[in-house]
Amino acid sequence: MPNDQPQISAITPAKLRKRYDNFIGGKWVAPVKGRYFTDPSPIDGQVLAEVARSSAEDVELALDAAHAARDAWGRTAPAERARLLNRIADRIEENLELLAHTETIDNGKPIRETRAADIPLGADHFRYFAGCIRAEEGSLGELDNDTVAYHFKEPMGVVGQIIPWNFPFLMAAWKMAPALACGNCVVIKPASDTPLSLAVLMDLIADVLPPGVLNVVNGHGSEVGAPLASNPRIAKIAFTGETTTGRQIMQYASENLIPMTLELGGKSPNIFFADVMAEDDAFFDKALEGFALFAFNKGEVCTCPSRALVQESIFDKFLEKAVARVGKIKVGNPLDPTTMMGAQASRGQLEKILNYVKIGKEEGARCAIGGEQAHLGGGLENGFYMKPTVFVGHNKMRIFQEEIFGPVLSVTKFKDLDDAIAIGNDTLYGLGAGVWSRNGTTAYRVGREIQAGRVWTNCYHMYPAHAAFGGYKQSGFGRETHKIIMEHYQQTKNLLVSYSPKAMGFF
Amino acid sequence: MPPRVVVTPGAAEVIRRLKAEQGKLIFHQSGGCCEGTAPMCFRQRDFRVGARDVLLGVIEGCPFYVGGAEYQYWEYFQLTIDVTSGGGDSFSLEAADGMRFVTRSRMFSDEEAKELDAAGPPPRGPEAFRPASAGVH
Repeated sequence: MPNDQPQISAITPAKLRKRYDNFIGGKWVAPVKGRYFTDPSPIDGQVLAEVARSSAEDVELALDAAHAARDAWGRTAPAERARLLNRIADRIEENLELLAHTETIDNGKPIRETRAADIPLGADHFRYFAGCIRAEEGSLGELDNDTVAYHFKEPMGVVGQIIPWNFPFLMAAWKMAPALACGNCVVIKPASDTPLSLAVLMDLIADVLPPGVLNVVNGHGSEVGAPLASNPRIAKIAFTGETTTGRQIMQYASENLIPMTLELGGKSPNIFFADVMAEDDAFFDKALEGFALFAFNKGEVCTCPSRALVQESIFDKFLEKAVARVGKIKVGNPLDPTTMMGAQASRGQLEKILNYVKIGKEEGARCAIGGEQAHLGGGLENGFYMKPTVFVGHNKMRIFQEEIFGPVLSVTKFKDLDDAIAIGNDTLYGLGAGVWSRNGTTAYRVGREIQAGRVWTNCYHMYPAHAAFGGYKQSGFGRETHKIIMEHYQQTKNLLVSYSPKAMGFF
Repeated sequence: MPPRVVVTPGAAEVIRRLKAEQGKLIFHQSGGCCEGTAPMCFRQRDFRVGARDVLLGVIEGCPFYVGGAEYQYWEYFQLTIDVTSGGGDSFSLEAADGMRFVTRSRMFSDEEAKELDAAGPPPRGPEAFRPASAGVH
């Protein structure tokens, strides 16, 4: 296969390479075993590039490079590290269109979203952590007249990071920015489905970081992710993905006694109180958009508001308007800037979604809109498109409990505040939630009672830096996108210093 | 009594090939983002079964477990394990070859559900799977 290069799709930007290796020690390095896989686009099924199908040997090379760079990077002044992270952000912003286009053709998400959200948020995360590391301080305590405890924050060393395919660029930024800011060297594995935006970024920033500080190993979970997570040469592993794999990663981490952060999934409730319909105003319009936000990123979001809980007294009227709003969602070619919802990321994902639609119908849920594949002509017949779908049912149905990871919303009703909380919390997961109410006390009380790490209040799907993000329950642990993540990428050194010249008197 | 988990011929062939290449295998399914609610296929030594995990059945000689917490939603469904092409990056062994196991479900009929209820709940934990003999895998 390496000598017989596939036909590259016409939607691939000219700047992309036809083949991507691994980025190790500041340059592109071919995989040791010389194997590659093809990366097709979910837009039309055509090949975008060939990518290294790496193995454990390549992970070792990346770790060699990372360890060689480790001490110098760890000793680099925070201001210098911040300067380089800001330069990375500059390069991202200067190349916004290229990165947005690449992300869209690799993942299938609409260009309108990659231009406005994914890429700019990614750049901002580098700037945020550049600021955080400059403002960081340790502490000291004067224990007695002769004794002082100094607390320093030190890098972990070399860390491993495994990224999912749903926000390839942004999830890489979320992980890399704090790790690098804290003085760690990184070996990162992007999802094999969506390796391109990170690969393009490495070409854009190849001259910015010292060689070996940031290394990218491409390949599949079983062939690269497992050897990375179980490697004794990493000091920490970070993973975003599904639950069983999260357990496996924890088992690997336990072999080497290393810490980890995990972000696993959700079945986030979006809760609409009756008072949202008290006025037919901008806020009510915003609430209707909030309902439709299950379709953002084609539903392939860990925090997809995939359950809507609507107060009984407004249920029928609200649902009528909300479903009409869903009906206006334009599914189409993700490269069209008017497209609101793009292609599902792969055939397997589309099949899984259709499976759940079938299950929902079998369980007796009522399909209010959608409920089938979207067949788009015009060259997109081999893409993976779905119609936004809304089911009405009850919270014990499988479509209310299992993460479908597609544009499928399950709606149910609740009586009052206590009922909303009970239904909202009746889930294995605890990643996100949305609460909509004009009454600040209602919103506050519900927000505090919902067992989820992120409660959007009168909004949804906003991911600014400096707001902590992470799960309760089966959604994982650790908080990202806020300076508290830095505690997971540092260790505390206590220098316990005695200024007394006298022996203690023990021996 | 109807089996709780069955496998299609296409998926069975993939499992046989993986077994020949990798040795003893185990299946585990739970949930979660990206490619949750799809069966994960690992080498048995790479995954520790938990005390709450439910042994739904055995396919091609490999134990098929589901997460203890998730089982309650699948109790009255028969799972059919099939295989498809192109399913997303995964730690599951078949994914590196461009394939992905998928789970389809069918609700048990009332008679089947009665039979299953009468037989009692399926066993849990790592000890639940005992290969009949060394040759049968």
